[in-house]
Amino acid sequence: MIDTNLLSVMYMELLLFLILFPLIPAIMLYYLWSENIRGIVVTIGAGLTALGSILLLAITTGQNQSFFTVPVSGIAILMLILEILIAGYLVIVSLKAKQYLVIGFVLLQLILIGAAEWTGLQGHAETPDLIIDQFSAIMAVIIGVIGGLICIYALGYMREYQKHHPDLFDQRPRFFAVLFLFLSAMFGLVFSNNLIWMYFFWEVTTLCSFLLIRYPETSEAISNAFRALLYNLIGGACFPLAILFIILTGGPENLGLGSLIAAGPAVALIPACLIAIAGCAKSAQLPFSSWLVGAMVAPTPVSALLHSSTMVKAGVYVIARFAPVFEGQILGMLIALIGGVTFLVASCIAVSQSNAKKVLAYSTIANLGLIVACAGVGTPEALWAAIFLIIFHAISKSLLFLSVGTVEHRIGSRDIEDMTGLAGPMPRVGLMMLIGIAGMFLAPFGMLISKWASIHAFSQAVPPFGMILIIILAYGSAVTVFFWAKWMGKLLEVRKWEESIEFAISKAEWVALIILTALTIIACFGIAPISTYLLEPLLVSMYGPISPLISQSNMMIMVLMLALIVVLPMMLMKIFVPKRNLKRYMGGVTVENGLMEGSLGMKREVSLGNLYFEDLFPEAGLSRYGSAFTIVLIAMVALVILVWGAI
Amino acid sequence: MNTILAAVAFLIVAPVIGGLISGVDRIITARMQGRVGPPVLQPFLDIAKLFEKEKVGVWQAPVVLIFLHLAFMVVTGLIFFGGGDLLLAIFALTLSEVFLILAAYSTRSPYAHVGAGRELIQLMAVEPVIIITAVGFYMVTGSFAASDIFSFAGLPILLLPGVFLSMVCILTFKLRKSPFDLSSSHHAHQELVKGVMTEFSGSTLGMVEIAHLYELVILLGLMYLFFAGNLLLGLVAVVIVYLLEILADNSTSRVRWLPALRAAWVITLVLGGGNIIILSML
Amino acid sequence: MAYLSKSPWILHYDASSCNGCDIEILACLTPRYDVERFGILNTGNPKHADILVITGGVNEQNRSVIKNLYDQMPNPKVVVGVGVCACTGGVFRECYNIAGGVGEVIPVDVWIPGCSVRPEQIIDGIVKAIGILEQKRTEMERAEAAA
Ligand code: SF4
Repeated sequence: MIDTNLLSVMYMELLLFLILFPLIPAIMLYYLWSENIRGIVVTIGAGLTALGSILLLAITTGQNQSFFTVPVSGIAILMLILEILIAGYLVIVSLKAKQYLVIGFVLLQLILIGAAEWTGLQGHAETPDLIIDQFSAIMAVIIGVIGGLICIYALGYMREYQKHHPDLFDQRPRFFAVLFLFLSAMFGLVFSNNLIWMYFFWEVTTLCSFLLIRYPETSEAISNAFRALLYNLIGGACFPLAILFIILTGGPENLGLGSLIAAGPAVALIPACLIAIAGCAKSAQLPFSSWLVGAMVAPTPVSALLHSSTMVKAGVYVIARFAPVFEGQILGMLIALIGGVTFLVASCIAVSQSNAKKVLAYSTIANLGLIVACAGVGTPEALWAAIFLIIFHAISKSLLFLSVGTVEHRIGSRDIEDMTGLAGPMPRVGLMMLIGIAGMFLAPFGMLISKWASIHAFSQAVPPFGMILIIILAYGSAVTVFFWAKWMGKLLEVRKWEESIEFAISKAEWVALIILTALTIIACFGIAPISTYLLEPLLVSMYGPISPLISQSNMMIMVLMLALIVVLPMMLMKIFVPKRNLKRYMGGVTVENGLMEGSLGMKREVSLGNLYFEDLFPEAGLSRYGSAFTIVLIAMVALVILVWGAI
Repeated sequence: MNTILAAVAFLIVAPVIGGLISGVDRIITARMQGRVGPPVLQPFLDIAKLFEKEKVGVWQAPVVLIFLHLAFMVVTGLIFFGGGDLLLAIFALTLSEVFLILAAYSTRSPYAHVGAGRELIQLMAVEPVIIITAVGFYMVTGSFAASDIFSFAGLPILLLPGVFLSMVCILTFKLRKSPFDLSSSHHAHQELVKGVMTEFSGSTLGMVEIAHLYELVILLGLMYLFFAGNLLLGLVAVVIVYLLEILADNSTSRVRWLPALRAAWVITLVLGGGNIIILSML
Repeated sequence: MAYLSKSPWILHYDASSCNGCDIEILACLTPRYDVERFGILNTGNPKHADILVITGGVNEQNRSVIKNLYDQMPNPKVVVGVGVCACTGGVFRECYNIAGGVGEVIPVDVWIPGCSVRPEQIIDGIVKAIGILEQKRTEMERAEAAA
């Protein structure tokens, strides 16, 4: 046994290391113009961050939830000053861009948090600043490993990007600095116990995403960046409201995440709902979701980062944190319905999109919706599903974004129609993309296991909400199968074996892609251990004794199926070679290498378009209805809060 | 030991039963059209014939994917009749279907491409009702395990009439019967040639046929679950449902995909969804 | 075992027939003749077919089509020419665009002359073709065993 005292010191040191260390490469990168040194700094910085997070997970396994107070005075003041500085920066930028609404919300938040700090300043020294348990540690690994890989990938990608956009001023030093700042803020967010700390990091992530989205500096990018900022600020305004509410009603000792959740729904439900609304904005739930779609203008590593390991995951993280508070509550079910509606609407919209990044964006929104739905239901099984969704979504989605980015630079398009038969000219990247897509919706892969658990969880939720969620899930996953499978099909429609065009992909990109592909598969094999050693202790510590979740034997079947899928194709590709290759049937017309011979000997390309159903699933119409519906739901939440608050 | 025996028995018995059913199906269909029809064993002869043919293809990927289609159809059956989790069986079934669709796509043949798109539409039409069915069984019997539902003492249909009716409608898609035989049909002279199946020949097509036999047995098994408490009633009900499917096949003409999808979704939502919502409130 | 003869699937191609023979082929599917009794199916797809049934003579436009269809059928396979047009070009033989019978392009195993051919004759011809099909299968197996 290690001395517990020593352990706790090591523990806290590690947490602070993870929060503060990424700032070092961030500062260095800001001043570095040499590409080679930048490569070294990014690789080492990302590597150490990832290692630190893995070490943290290793230590945390088998430990109970612990809290720490950082023994340095004046942090609160420092944070307040930084918050004022950030607000000042945002006001100046918005003034220049004439975004007055943004200024209004920046000031509103500043006033709210100022008021909260003012009234609560004497009290919150007693709340521990940091929290660490398996959930935070899992989030840390997602941020450290996947975020780190994306940073490394960005090295190669941004070099190409700058080549493709010669008129764009090279701002890569600032770009990489912001990436690392983002990681630091995310670590801070998932380790914060004190809500005032959490709010500070929350604002920093908003700022980082704003800076990253506007990187291309086109008018579209700038206006989308402001949209992201505005939506996050609107939702974010609920966060200081929650803090204020806690201070005014429950007293500052409830400002800690741990104590707040332990206080039970009677105290925690209203602040939890307020924070959940802030989380919905951050994780791009309807009606806020358009900011994430707009964020697609940024370079692909930014999208990957926003979608998989940072930003949107911060939103669902806080909502999932409050899951025990939502359990069995009508307010919780309303939050769950916001997620459910988002899941259904975003999945339907994804069908009508042919732009690969937009499909990915809408699928992210949909999956986050499912996570929010699980968190809102709040039972142990639902939380289990939510955490697994967070894990698998982060891995598969980052893999997909990165492979789409790589493909985009090779074929000059991010349209799925242009990826027809991509497995021919880009066999390895194509295979990785296929694995990534399979990871998003097919059976033995992770996302589906979570879906399975969520069906189990929803069927026990408060009637009739549980059943409504089940119906939403049933339709939503049918649509999900549709748009993913048709994309996979497109990749497989190989015309002929062409020369590989994969030679120009940089080493940094390969490293990230290969590791993420491996992780997609390994994580699925690791479901049972992750569940027993990480999630079950966590759930026990949050809920007390729990009934058995998905049984071991079923997980074994899953693992066997996965093994079949991994092993069989490799073997069979060698065995099942046709004795004679036939031309494709075209009513007797000669087809060769994708060309068909028409009358008069004319040769024409055979082009096969996918189904998009723009009439059935119109983007604008669906998001309008979805937004209207979710706004009503949020209004209902607000109404219940007001009525409750009045009583 | 017992489970292994049961598994082996399933592997052999299921296609035999499936083949006999589709043999009888073909005879009844012929009689409805005033013909004599083929021998009962014709489905087996067809499959055996397909394995005698030369192994040709467009390239190897479709063959591999079809093999996976068959393999996971068998896995589905093993999970389902082995008493495993109903949802798990459903996911394995979807996986198997997706492999068939990917195989069709990977041939890059125009007819198979259109067929694959339509097969996906069918999958999208069918998926909700199957999940709702599983949840309905859970609400009635308190378990997702097929074994618990098989040995359930009461008649689930009494509480799930809406879900049952929507399953009957949706079965038409799964059995590739008119009016919902969008992606491929048993009848010749289709504008689609053979839809998803167009590019598969010889043993590849044989594997598709065998997978279809397994699927038939699994689907009828699912229908039987509605009458789990009563063996005789269950068998009679399954036979009647199947006869209705044949009747529909021979007396309707194919509809376009949009009405088909709408019909499936509306029926599922109103009958199936309404059924489980009301049930949860009781 | 010879399953091939129990389940011969047909691909029917109309080369440049006057449609008379085609109608007779379709008549074989009707209740009166019902060839499905013998497991015969009209597949409409060369990749599934065992027997290629061609009506009408070859013209310049469909020369490549016939060749393609034949190539796309997996072995063993047989070709049946139905009607005098398919055998020799028939009444259209002297037309400027007609090259002659199907034998000009692909090897034909069974000829069924007549104008138009009666369904009984067609069934009779198909049965002959099935015999040849069996023969070809044994040859193919022997060749495979030797290889
Ligand atoms: S043989 Fe006679 S009936 Fe047949 S296609 Fe020729 S002309 Fe027409």
